[in-house]
Amino acid sequence: MTALRRVTPQLLTLAALVALITLFFPDFLRIEVINGRLVGTTMDILKRGAPIGLLAVGMTLVIATRGIDLSVGTTMAITGAIAAWSITQGYGLGGALALALLAGVAAGLWNGLLVAIFGIQPIVATLILMTSGRGIAQLVTEGRILTFSHDGMAFFGSGDLMGIPAPALLWLLTAAGVALLMRRSALGMLIEAVGVNRAASALAGVNATVLLIAVYVASGLCAALAGIVATADIRGADANNAGLWLELDAILAVVIGGNSLMGGRFSIAASLLGALIIQTIDTGILLAGFPSEYNLVIKAGLVLIILVLQSPNLSQHWYSLRRAAQRRREIAVASMKETGQ
Amino acid sequence: MLLTIKSLTKTFPGTKALDGVDFDLAAGEVHALLGENGAGKSTLIKCLTGAYLRDAGLISLEGQTISPRSTSEAQALGIGTVYQEVNLLPNLTVAQNLTFGNEPRRFGMVDRRAQRRQAEEMLDGYRLDIDVSRDLSAYSVAIRQIIAIARAVALSGKVLILDEPTASLDAREVETLFAVVRRLRKKGLGIVFVSHFLDQVFDLSDRVTVLRNGKKVITERTADLDRVQLIEHMLGRALKDDVVGHAKAHQAGREWPELLKFEGYGRRGHIAPFDLSVGKGEVLGLAGLLGSGRTESAELMFGLAPAHSGAARDAEGTLDLSSPRAAIAAGFGFAPEERKEDGIVADLSVRENIALAMQARRGWARPVPRAEQLRLAEDYIEKLDIRTSGPEQPIGDLSGGNQQKVVLARWLAMNPRFLILDEPTRGIDVGAHAEILRLIRQVTDAGMSILVISSELDELIAVADRVIVVRDRHHVAELTGPEITTDTIVRAIAAPDRETAEVPA
Repeated sequence: MTALRRVTPQLLTLAALVALITLFFPDFLRIEVINGRLVGTTMDILKRGAPIGLLAVGMTLVIATRGIDLSVGTTMAITGAIAAWSITQGYGLGGALALALLAGVAAGLWNGLLVAIFGIQPIVATLILMTSGRGIAQLVTEGRILTFSHDGMAFFGSGDLMGIPAPALLWLLTAAGVALLMRRSALGMLIEAVGVNRAASALAGVNATVLLIAVYVASGLCAALAGIVATADIRGADANNAGLWLELDAILAVVIGGNSLMGGRFSIAASLLGALIIQTIDTGILLAGFPSEYNLVIKAGLVLIILVLQSPNLSQHWYSLRRAAQRRREIAVASMKETGQ
Repeated sequence: MLLTIKSLTKTFPGTKALDGVDFDLAAGEVHALLGENGAGKSTLIKCLTGAYLRDAGLISLEGQTISPRSTSEAQALGIGTVYQEVNLLPNLTVAQNLTFGNEPRRFGMVDRRAQRRQAEEMLDGYRLDIDVSRDLSAYSVAIRQIIAIARAVALSGKVLILDEPTASLDAREVETLFAVVRRLRKKGLGIVFVSHFLDQVFDLSDRVTVLRNGKKVITERTADLDRVQLIEHMLGRALKDDVVGHAKAHQAGREWPELLKFEGYGRRGHIAPFDLSVGKGEVLGLAGLLGSGRTESAELMFGLAPAHSGAARDAEGTLDLSSPRAAIAAGFGFAPEERKEDGIVADLSVRENIALAMQARRGWARPVPRAEQLRLAEDYIEKLDIRTSGPEQPIGDLSGGNQQKVVLARWLAMNPRFLILDEPTRGIDVGAHAEILRLIRQVTDAGMSILVISSELDELIAVADRVIVVRDRHHVAELTGPEITTDTIVRAIAAPDRETAEVPA
């Protein structure tokens, strides 16, 4: 019940967006079954939203510890490149997936060590991999777009299971799994405690260092999954463009989800709704057929409106404006009485 | 009257923080505002300074009704405030801090020379010998406090509110500060003085107003009150002196079976190697001045700073105390001095704060069931009389004394064999103070050993079976039983250092 109340603003926002788009495109919500698979714009959003959704899961955990991971877009490029390279080298699907995930873990460990052991500010620590990582990806792809033809790998981009696109299934399952792990174990509470007050948590015996490293590793793993989806989708690794600026969309998704950048309480479900909101805006703008140069401006405008509506200050201002008016009346009455005496 | 407050009322969701409170302040008067935590002192001050808007009542300054809507508006009206945590910017110079917001300008740029001169004029009469062009962080908290006062007086100049200004000052610094306050009183300022230290209230104030549960209990001339009466007004009940009596009975020539032993335990730059044995069920006191090595001793024992020399043993063998986690595994607990920074996890609930240490020890994979957490929380809320709207209230919303009780509950729930309490009663009202001392006796009777670090000698005398005196980062004396008196402790603290005494300077 409280969980539902937590995500109400995000649900309302998403509903309003969907209503707005449906107003212009009545077919927006239509889902057809073609050749045993579900086809429709909403399915497309679920599929296209996979990278942001996956990144948002890891980013939520990192932000809950009062950190930030700027390197996830780049990690996508690295892991995608490694997946494509392993396929072309003939390591097979299992080998490619394992190597890509391992690269994600390595990226997370690197960030985690810098943050938790060396005490470097997360924004700076992850900036290092963000800027240098594309070079690593280019080394893997030897500077070209590394294409492959492998149906097993391609499944993660364009396949479907029980009629649902594989990328959508992947991010929904990942998110559900992580959310369940957080709330069924004590990890959620311990991460929140470290995010709010690392010193006090450490004094209470929480192993803050290991937890911090773990969330960056989780973020790296999520980025690896996103990288696999991106590479499988285009059946090739593009070191320059895969996941480009996606870390910012992921952070935005977490923020639209109402999670504080100051760490502490987090909700993965809310972040996912945030990711869906962003992807719905993206798809909606494309559907509307605006000239592409307008896309980013419209997106910025919509995001701004959402964030302002969610601002806790806004409701507070409303409240204090009403109270101030009431008080002025009372004081006027009181001073009239006093002068009357 | 300079300032008159009539039937001030302020309601928050769930509580009436102020309920028809009257208060007045004359020019040239120091008026002390007293009350337990949560009595409404802070709310009253925040209504005065514009941080809160009152719901009902009148505030008038020099006969004019005022309702400041922000701190700057209150300042412009003549009401200045200095808080316990000085609200200045340590990385700016003293002069920049003093003139912040109205820097003297020349051709649109800040005129540094005029700024310095203006700052020196503002500090004139405070008898401070400082360089205004140095960073504020170069100076002690006491001097920062005085600078903050100078700034508030210069900006406002009618009413000065001092909110717990002495909480982090030592005795000499308090004297310096009080000299400043007395001079300002002579100049005709009205001063509101909020403090937990009753001695200081008697020392400084002309009148006292006591608040309890959001209501005014009494306003009285300080000279007409004595200590016991005042405490009775604050607590609303006759003060029980059973804490002290109980402790005395406890002390007389008792032996405790040894639980732990620290041998040659020390760390360079923190505390010289010391020997210390801890008895089962014993209360140890650690006395000494601020910075003498009290807290450092505790941090060493709890593994916050690993020891360079020595070892800790119990009956089974050597203990690993290399980190807080290791110390907790060895059955230790530690409630630190800086409650807000190192003790509480502000955004989490009372329930989660209590369960935190237990959960950390069980590991992430074995969560303490929610029902068990709730039972623990409700249990301790009742047992320690924690004032909260419920187990799910964020601990950050609680008053200082209640936060401290939650931190205590966190450790009591762990049932450690050795619990270290660093200044457990700092910033806590009289009632909670007595309760915490009683609690210490209660758990040690049940077999827990406790080390209490405190600046208040009365407290150590009331509760400790044995007192270790720390001076210049050495454990210099150990007092037991009837030896424990204010006199002996003070003498041990003040005694000249043997080594330096023998070597001629």
